[in-house]
Amino acid sequence: MAYSVTTQTPASRIAAIAGVILISLLIALPFFAGRGTIQDMFFILTMLVLAQFWNLLAGYGGLVSIGQQAFVGTGAYALFGVVILWGVDPVPAIFCAGIAALVIAVPTAFFAFRLNGAYFAIGTWVIAEVVRLLVAQWKMLGGGTGTSLPRDATRDMWFIESIESTLGLRSAAARDVLAYWLALVLALATIGGIYWLLRTRRGLALAAVRDNTEAAKSVGVDAGRMKWIVFLTSAFGTGLAGGLIYMQKARISPDAAFSVTDWTAYVIFIVVIGGIGTIEGPIIGVLVFFALQTLLADFGSWYLMTLGVLAVVVMLVAPRGLWGLLSEQTGLHLFPIRRRLTGGKLASSEE
Amino acid sequence: MAPLQTPLLKTNGLVAYYGDFQALFGVDIELDVDETVAIIGANGAGKTTLMRSIAGILRNAATSVSFDGRPIGAQPADEIMTQGVAMVPEGRRLFPSLSVEENLLIGTYGRKSRGYWTLDTVYDLFPILRERRNNPGTALSGGQQQMVAIGRALMSNPRVLLCDEISLGLAPVVIKDIYKAVPAIKAAGASLIVVEQDIAQAMAFADRVYCMMEGRVTLSGTPDTLSRNDIHDAYFGASQ
Amino acid sequence: MIWVDTVIQGILLGGLYALFASGLSLVFGIMRLVNLAHGDLIVMGAYLILVLVTILGLSPFLAALIAMPVMFCLGWVLQKFLLNRTLGDDILPPLLVTFGLSIALQNALLETFSADSQRLPTSALTTASVQAGPVSLGVMPLLTFGSAILVIVALNQLFYRTELGRAFRATSDDPTTASLMGIKPANIFATATGIAFVIVTIAALYLGLRANFDPNIGPARLIYAFQAVIIGGLGSLWGTLLGGVIIGVAQTLGAAINPEWQILAGHFAFLLVLLVRPRGLFPRAND
Repeated sequence: MAYSVTTQTPASRIAAIAGVILISLLIALPFFAGRGTIQDMFFILTMLVLAQFWNLLAGYGGLVSIGQQAFVGTGAYALFGVVILWGVDPVPAIFCAGIAALVIAVPTAFFAFRLNGAYFAIGTWVIAEVVRLLVAQWKMLGGGTGTSLPRDATRDMWFIESIESTLGLRSAAARDVLAYWLALVLALATIGGIYWLLRTRRGLALAAVRDNTEAAKSVGVDAGRMKWIVFLTSAFGTGLAGGLIYMQKARISPDAAFSVTDWTAYVIFIVVIGGIGTIEGPIIGVLVFFALQTLLADFGSWYLMTLGVLAVVVMLVAPRGLWGLLSEQTGLHLFPIRRRLTGGKLASSEE
Repeated sequence: MAPLQTPLLKTNGLVAYYGDFQALFGVDIELDVDETVAIIGANGAGKTTLMRSIAGILRNAATSVSFDGRPIGAQPADEIMTQGVAMVPEGRRLFPSLSVEENLLIGTYGRKSRGYWTLDTVYDLFPILRERRNNPGTALSGGQQQMVAIGRALMSNPRVLLCDEISLGLAPVVIKDIYKAVPAIKAAGASLIVVEQDIAQAMAFADRVYCMMEGRVTLSGTPDTLSRNDIHDAYFGASQ
Repeated sequence: MIWVDTVIQGILLGGLYALFASGLSLVFGIMRLVNLAHGDLIVMGAYLILVLVTILGLSPFLAALIAMPVMFCLGWVLQKFLLNRTLGDDILPPLLVTFGLSIALQNALLETFSADSQRLPTSALTTASVQAGPVSLGVMPLLTFGSAILVIVALNQLFYRTELGRAFRATSDDPTTASLMGIKPANIFATATGIAFVIVTIAALYLGLRANFDPNIGPARLIYAFQAVIIGGLGSLWGTLLGGVIIGVAQTLGAAINPEWQILAGHFAFLLVLLVRPRGLFPRAND
């Protein structure tokens, strides 16, 4: 029997089938779920996207950014900008949000990459603050107090009319359904894209850089270029998510759109608690995060305190997070990226 | 004239690991008071691992190393040093942020024992260091750095001095200079364990020699009882 | 003339930022640890002083004196039992643990003291000013700046004149070899963080005396401290003071042009230095 190299595991094949069923269910969700559920799912999916991109940065790229709110805010403001100032439809404007974040990411990387390790983290934060303060000066978009999307723009959005008639919804609820579907597409594309990236030669190089920069260099991996690719990719994705989140909110202010708590702290906690450096981790993390939020939402700051303490404990006790614990116990990999040799005699000796 | 005296320092079936890799397989060595023991062996024989285990950089089972009859195998390096076991580590390991004099002074951090060795007596032993006392330790030549490393260990007036490869990478004339200090170190009351790759050098100054290979002691005895052939076999493995 | 005044106020403000930064710089210098909760710890220090002032009816200066040993112990314990466990080659654990700590601390303060802004009680001394030629200088800013210089001188003396300072530097160079000198690196790190917390207390005193504070202002203090450290060059305490002064002057100049530009001007000064001197103005040779 011939050898073959595969990344599949039996669990991953079952997961793939379960995944297809789950995705079908998620697509059909607006046909039987209420508006509250759709809004919750929108929140979960957009946070998942942010978490996946932060995880790509920190967990795979070793770039701990605490300035992701720069890209959420930039994306959101870009969307409002093109809609309000140029009259672009909000749906295609989401793409502009991603592009704007990408544009901001170039100078950000230029400055932040001059700082090493821990100082990189604070450097990204400083730049996010700079962008927030600059945007607050932008009087045409409401300055420090912010602004709303014009009513006719939100009413006449692409697809809204057909959603209204198909599902029999009013305009606001139809906008939530549209936002939800877009978030679902974005989340699936994000997970699929990152999974694909990690399985390519680039992804291998990324793992090599994370594990040992010097050794990776010696086998011809350009660590600097990998850092740029990861940083720009995650800025683009984070910007798309930012645009989408504020398209659904339809109201923006600099303090909210550039909030370090909402767009970076929560995201970091999701990834750390779920399991950094895995695709499964942020998925588990966002579910735990949502459960905690539902349970503790009435307790205000106790909630954030709990999250902070939980992240500290997880980092100390189980640095690979909940998913790390689970996959250590069971050997389960839903998104296997490790290449394994199968067939021939070696088949049974692996794991 | 004390035949049944307990050895000052003793390892007892010492095993050591680096992660999954076993580096020592039951090593037994002894050091008596006022004795100088040399440990010879090829690269990778486990000499440095042995020294690191005795010094406490590698932690082991409590009873696998005893000092003065007390088990110290499980103690951390700082506690072992405080009791009077000082080490000159392989590669000298001077502190780059400290001047020569500060490097010597830091040697007394954990053990301020009144004894022969002070800043002045160390400078008398290695006069060049007095001239260069205010230089950063790392600005010195290799031989001078080795003198600082030895002086640093002496400053605590140790009862046992562990020297790991003190001649490594030095010119023969410099090695001679450094070994000239051994009698003074012994006279001041320290017992020595010296790791040395140069067999002739080891034979010249040691009271007893242990030869190691692949993590085990393969030969031991006083220099006059060991033949060149025995050592050759113990060093490189028996050549059948 | 107004410009001279603005610049001088900025220089004095820089003293406050240097105080924020010294603790951060000390801890980074010795164990390469960046504590993202540093700003929140300063705010916590201010609340501790406030509580002592309120309960014991002390002057803020006396209260700070009492708070110092308390904060030292807190820092020691935090480092020894929590932060030491995060040290290593991987930069993720210390960053994520201190970030979690920062959020937890902010919200604990919010829960305990509410979001209302507070201020340490001011006396005649704290509002007084002296006339130096045409410029009027507040006693409090002068005191802050003097304290910053004093702290830096004291830290330098500690580092280069004492056995503990030698142990700090040796452990920073090479913890394993340091342990061969009888040094317990874990305790040295704990002591360093304890000392950093004492400096945090001094910074907290002036933070609380000079302006209002509330549980949410910690992160901004961390950023100013960080900027001062980077501008000065890692590991140089006098550089940190200069970094603080540059941020302070940029902020007061920015504010003089347009009050909304105060913070932004400080950030731009930082980015400008980063652009021309990425390693800061006084970089240490072996970093």
